[in-house]
Amino acid sequence: MQDEMTTVAKGSVAVATGNVVIDAAVDLRKRPRIREALIQGFLFLCGALSILTTVGIVFELGKESLSFFSQQLWEDTNKQLVVAADVEMTTFEIVEGGKALQGGDIIRINDEVMRIVVLDGGLVTVERGLQGTRVVSHSAETDIFVSNKVSLTEFFTGTKWNPQIGQFGIWPLVTATLMTSAFAMIIALPLGLSVAIYLSEYASDRARGILKPILEILAGIPTVVYGYFALTLMTPLLRKVLGAETVQIYNTASAGIVIGILILPLVSSMSEDALRAVPRSLREAAYGLGATKLETAVKVVVPAALSGITAAFIVATSRAIGETMIVAVAAGAGPNLTFNPFQSAETMTGHIVRISGGDLSYDSIDYNSIFAIGLMLFFVTLSLNVISQRIVRRFREVYE
Amino acid sequence: MADQQVRTQGTASLPQGEGFQENFAARHRAGRVWYVVFQASTIIGIVVLTALLYNIVNGAFGLAAIQNEVNPETLAVEGVPLDKLDKQHLVDILQQNLSKGLLRRFESEQPFAERTREDVYDLVIERVVEPQVVHTWSLYDSLFRRSAVLAAAAEDYPDARIEFMSWIDPKFVTTPQSSDPEKAGVRTAILGSLWTIAITIVFAFPLGVGAAIYLEEYATDHWVNRIIQTNINNLAGVPSIIYGMLGLAIFVRALEPLSSGTLFGLTDPTTANGRTIFSAGLTLGLLILPLIIINGQEAIRAVPDSLRRASYGLGATKWQTVWHHVLPNALPGILTGTILAVSRAIGETAPLIVVGASTFITVDPSGPFSKFTTLPIQIYQWTARPQDEFRNIAAGAIIVLLALLLALNASAVLLRNRYSRRVRS
Repeated sequence: MQDEMTTVAKGSVAVATGNVVIDAAVDLRKRPRIREALIQGFLFLCGALSILTTVGIVFELGKESLSFFSQQLWEDTNKQLVVAADVEMTTFEIVEGGKALQGGDIIRINDEVMRIVVLDGGLVTVERGLQGTRVVSHSAETDIFVSNKVSLTEFFTGTKWNPQIGQFGIWPLVTATLMTSAFAMIIALPLGLSVAIYLSEYASDRARGILKPILEILAGIPTVVYGYFALTLMTPLLRKVLGAETVQIYNTASAGIVIGILILPLVSSMSEDALRAVPRSLREAAYGLGATKLETAVKVVVPAALSGITAAFIVATSRAIGETMIVAVAAGAGPNLTFNPFQSAETMTGHIVRISGGDLSYDSIDYNSIFAIGLMLFFVTLSLNVISQRIVRRFREVYE
Repeated sequence: MADQQVRTQGTASLPQGEGFQENFAARHRAGRVWYVVFQASTIIGIVVLTALLYNIVNGAFGLAAIQNEVNPETLAVEGVPLDKLDKQHLVDILQQNLSKGLLRRFESEQPFAERTREDVYDLVIERVVEPQVVHTWSLYDSLFRRSAVLAAAAEDYPDARIEFMSWIDPKFVTTPQSSDPEKAGVRTAILGSLWTIAITIVFAFPLGVGAAIYLEEYATDHWVNRIIQTNINNLAGVPSIIYGMLGLAIFVRALEPLSSGTLFGLTDPTTANGRTIFSAGLTLGLLILPLIIINGQEAIRAVPDSLRRASYGLGATKWQTVWHHVLPNALPGILTGTILAVSRAIGETAPLIVVGASTFITVDPSGPFSKFTTLPIQIYQWTARPQDEFRNIAAGAIIVLLALLLALNASAVLLRNRYSRRVRS
């Protein structure tokens, strides 16, 4: 600021004295402003950090998920060697029974990794010393382990989640998430839309000024408090109404209902914004045709605001799917494939919290598995959010 | 006369007939029914909020049955009751009843000779008499079904004394965490929360405001800038637990030398890993960054363009305009948005659990590189315990948390009001 002022002063002096030729010392070309450029660069970096965050999320979740799907897990086959195997042998006799093996399976005896070439009843022909392991002799009765990689097919179709014994089917977690989200939507969508219609079409300005902040308080309460609410009020209430034998202490219904309450203000305020954006002339035209207030609201205003309302519903669904603390407190621990909402079941988010709550060691199968779940959660919620933004942009009715 | 004419004319213009009348009545009936439904939905929302608050208060206060491990009367010496005994006798009681190791620990904390009588008396009560809460009742039961509660207590816990407990009191706020619900407090958790939030603000506020300035004042309609904008909107919708996993992978694990403090030679021998306040603060910072940016953009957009033009007209550079004119005018809006984002961060639990909050910690955090717990995490851990007494202190901790949030939000509202007054004048 200071030196610019002096330049300006010098310039004017030069013009005043040398009235024929402009002083060559005054350079009117655009000067490089290093400081300005540096500041702009820094500000750009601030903005670019958000991209870095997204890249970080995708990269880290992707990396750990990749190692989850490529990790070799050794499963006990309950088979043993019948006789000792020395370094030269490639065909052994193994105990029948236990887990069925087939040609091409990778097996491990002690530390040595082998591939089964031919399997003929109790006789197995193998290729020895794979994956850089040393060929050694093994005594009789040694246990045989079979390699069990987590396949994408198993991950997406398996119905059991039990990392200790190498079962990684995500369905029990997905069904629990679906159930809590479904309950949440059953509560939040009709209620939220009704509240939005009431606030935007019926309520006086004064009533709206009082009711809206009260509903916004609901949105500001931390989710862990809702978890406490679900466990200490909603669950006992459900148990009292439906009977303690049908409703377990931890259940998805109670968690789902409370998530519904949590996202109710989100649905109502986003829908209300959409309803209020509908111009007054549409309402007046409807009244002029003799429509009642209800008919105006439901048959004219709501359809006109449908894109905004749909977007609100989708955002709310994404929020319900990603909600963590309520399900961690109230839905129970332990994956459980059930469609009974009154039994305990663990959602994807609940599982991540429970597993990482203990002292989690890096690169363990548990550590990697939560990243695989997290990656799935990220893509589901991200695509829901993107869809909702698309809907708003594509289907918004623009009124003049 | 004229009035009647208008009326007949009015009705004449409407269709007549029974079918119309019925339809007309039905339509209005439906209108009234749905009006009630819409209003009821709104009331349900308020009822739920009331139930939530009631439920918390109901848990935070109430009668409790307290049973002593050792009856104080049996500790009386030569007919003098326990609370009248002098210091020497009290020390004797401690020596008779406590293990040598425990005595040595107390002695090394502060020699008995230097302790006051009250201090020793407290020790006797705490370690020898050992009052234990054996059962608690909710506030509602304690107030309105008091006689039934007292009768049940007399039957089930004949030796216990029944006391009205407030689970939240000044002591609750100033004592550290403990495995005993009566002695447990939230001091460690409050300090942990404050430290974490301080780091979150230091990290997220400058970056968030910087990004908002860039997007509103500098960014041209270029594909890079469009991606940044879309990306920020999408990040705001990512579940918080995903940020926790990002924090775990990057701040805790990849940047361990930095986040554990070893890089600065500040290693606390008990931590030596990255699960510190520093990591937690940065994780929450990333989480609220999109919120700060979006709110900041709105505040900057609200600054009238005439201010910028006047500044340029006087020969100011872009940055001078932003720094001296745009920012001071947008600041109240930016601060309001930041406070709202920070109050979201204070209530966050899931990402901090994933980042690795300590499950049990009684030492005050000493700096950014110490282990941590925060208020919401404390609430979660106490709620998850099966014993009723822990639910009671969880309710107490919730009240502390809500009070903190209320204070923050009130300051945001005040700021907003002051700001809107200034714009109007």
